[in-house]
Amino acid sequence: MLEIRDLCASAEGKPILKGIDLSIDKGEVHAIMGPNGSGKSTLAGVLAGRETFEVTGGRVIYQGTDLLELSPEDRARAGLFLAFQYPVEIPGVSNLYFLKAAVNAVRKHRGEDELDAMDFMELVRKKTGVVKIDESLLHRSVNEGFSGGEKKRNEIFQMALLEPALAVLDETDSGLDIDALKIVADGVNTLRSPERSVLVVTHYQRLLNYIIPDFVHVLVGGRIVRSGGRELALELEEKGYGWLEAEVGATNG
Amino acid sequence: MKPDSTSDTVKQFTQQEYKWGFVTDIEADAVPPGLNEDVVRVISAKKNEPEFMLEWRLKAYRQWLKMREPRWAKVEFEPIDYQSIVYYSAPKTDKDGPKSLDEVDPELLRTYEKLGIPLREQELLAGVAVDAVFDSVSVATTYREKLGELGIIFCSFSEALQEHPELVKKWLGTVVPYSDNFYASLNAAVFSDGSFVYVPKGVRCPMELSTYFRINAANTGQFERTLIVADEGSYVSYLEGCTAPMRDENQLHAAVVELIALDDAEIKYSTVQNWYPGDKNGKGGIYNFVTKRGKCQGRNSKISWTQVETGSAITWKYPGCILLGDNSVGEFYSVALTNNHQQADTGTKMIHVGNNTRSTIVSKGISAGQGQNTYRGQVKVLKNAHNARNYSQCDSMLIGDKCGAHTFPYLDVSNTSATVEHEATTSKIGEDQIFYCQQRGLSAEDAISMIVNGFCKEVFRELPMEFAVEAQKLLGVSLEGSVG
Repeated sequence: MLEIRDLCASAEGKPILKGIDLSIDKGEVHAIMGPNGSGKSTLAGVLAGRETFEVTGGRVIYQGTDLLELSPEDRARAGLFLAFQYPVEIPGVSNLYFLKAAVNAVRKHRGEDELDAMDFMELVRKKTGVVKIDESLLHRSVNEGFSGGEKKRNEIFQMALLEPALAVLDETDSGLDIDALKIVADGVNTLRSPERSVLVVTHYQRLLNYIIPDFVHVLVGGRIVRSGGRELALELEEKGYGWLEAEVGATNG
Repeated sequence: MKPDSTSDTVKQFTQQEYKWGFVTDIEADAVPPGLNEDVVRVISAKKNEPEFMLEWRLKAYRQWLKMREPRWAKVEFEPIDYQSIVYYSAPKTDKDGPKSLDEVDPELLRTYEKLGIPLREQELLAGVAVDAVFDSVSVATTYREKLGELGIIFCSFSEALQEHPELVKKWLGTVVPYSDNFYASLNAAVFSDGSFVYVPKGVRCPMELSTYFRINAANTGQFERTLIVADEGSYVSYLEGCTAPMRDENQLHAAVVELIALDDAEIKYSTVQNWYPGDKNGKGGIYNFVTKRGKCQGRNSKISWTQVETGSAITWKYPGCILLGDNSVGEFYSVALTNNHQQADTGTKMIHVGNNTRSTIVSKGISAGQGQNTYRGQVKVLKNAHNARNYSQCDSMLIGDKCGAHTFPYLDVSNTSATVEHEATTSKIGEDQIFYCQQRGLSAEDAISMIVNGFCKEVFRELPMEFAVEAQKLLGVSLEGSVG
């Protein structure tokens, strides 16, 4: 599904990712953990095609094609979804209108008929339960004036509508209280399927209490320094990142 | 929410060049370039006009000779050589004029089809009566009979002069006099045709009246004149939509529109303007120097202007309202978009004369490329206008960092009971907004189009449904190439 080989990327000329290797198979849930500044969000951004990051080496194969060759919108249409750490506000554009445009862009790409307003509303009704999104949010401008929790729920709601093959959740837990966290995690769990892979990027292990990962990778200084099962996350919870950073420092030195 | 407009916008975006840049080959019946009294007489004679009309034209011409082009607008262009302009051209027909669509030159009909105006279909489906103007002479008028039953007159200006000279004589120049300004005087002297509407007392016009304008023959100045009179207690909604073929020379367009609303009457005037804006380097394009004004002459009358201006190299246009009658209402809703090297200096004038008069101004300016967009609006409350109220909102949106947005509100209030509010905002489409949309599968251009359409929502709401969809498409097409 996703093969990342020796991926290097920089921002404003400063190297951030220094050789990432990662394989994600269909249906797997992987977690990327790491301290601030380790490159977690950069990895998410590079996968989605954000222009602020420059890929300086390596390759990424997604569903058999060279992901890095695709434009951001083509990646999205091919089923790569990024849940933003900071969802963007778009004043004047209704959430429903935006979502319909997104759903139809993806459908068109797949060679499916675009949904008309009626069919789209039916789909919306079916999916609103997933994250218990308040219907009034659908009629407001995209993310405008939404609380932190509402924004994140809106992200997961979009994910439910777009049914991606690979979902990348960038610090989806940040800014959420425990109730909102549970709702968002429930939403993600509902969407887990043998056909869908998930990459959860998070600083804290607490999200992983609710979204149980198959694999955990620790990113330090732009490299994956340790991979393991769910127990690795628990270990980090207990010990923090310090010991791994020290270990890396020792090997590098 | 307009469910299908996004997918339409997507389709429209695939068009790269100015979509309607084609030239129809029709033998033009034109006078030689240049302007003098003889040309004015020829125009009047060709149209077999009544004597008063020729006299009015000549007065305007003599006035025009004494006038100078206005220079206060924030636009720049090479001087116009008024002696190189052709002031009259009409498509040739075998008879005096077509009585039905069957008599219309098939070439013309094909042109309309390219523009998406299948007259026959419109007759049947859209319920829109179209007074189609090709170059300077009206060639097809539909729904005449149906409107006639209600006593509504909707015809070309030329026909109005033949069939209802007393109405024309009574109202012509009462809102925009022949001496009003340089371009209005020029128009008064040489205007070739246009539309005339009269809605009798108490009649509510059951359909939108629509005119499509088109500039065709090379080097032909286009001088349309529209006069709409809504008698007591009547209502009419008028649509004006424009496209033009691609040209290298700059083409001058100096139109005049006069609206008159008597007691309890309402006129809604909507424009979608998409004339050729010139190429990416600023070559060519239409100079759109237009005088539009409405007079709320009667008590409780209302005039509402809605405009979507996406075309033309230069736009100079201030549709205004003179709020003469007590309790009269004036409205102005505007979207003006400038891309590449387009320049727009547009806004409105609201003149409060009567008591309890109200005006609303909502202006949305969008600048992309190296476009320069200026809002210039005047709100004037005269000494004896008690309890006047005005609300103005001027929002600007910038796309990229080479364009400009400018706002010049003029407030002139001479009565202390007036309430005048002005709000202004400027925003920029952010890279993060575009990326967010891209990550959901939309192209950057669709994203911009969507954000811009959202920005303009308050204005589009005022447009009749079909026009609103058209306007959204136009914004999309007009913003092509503004990314990156």
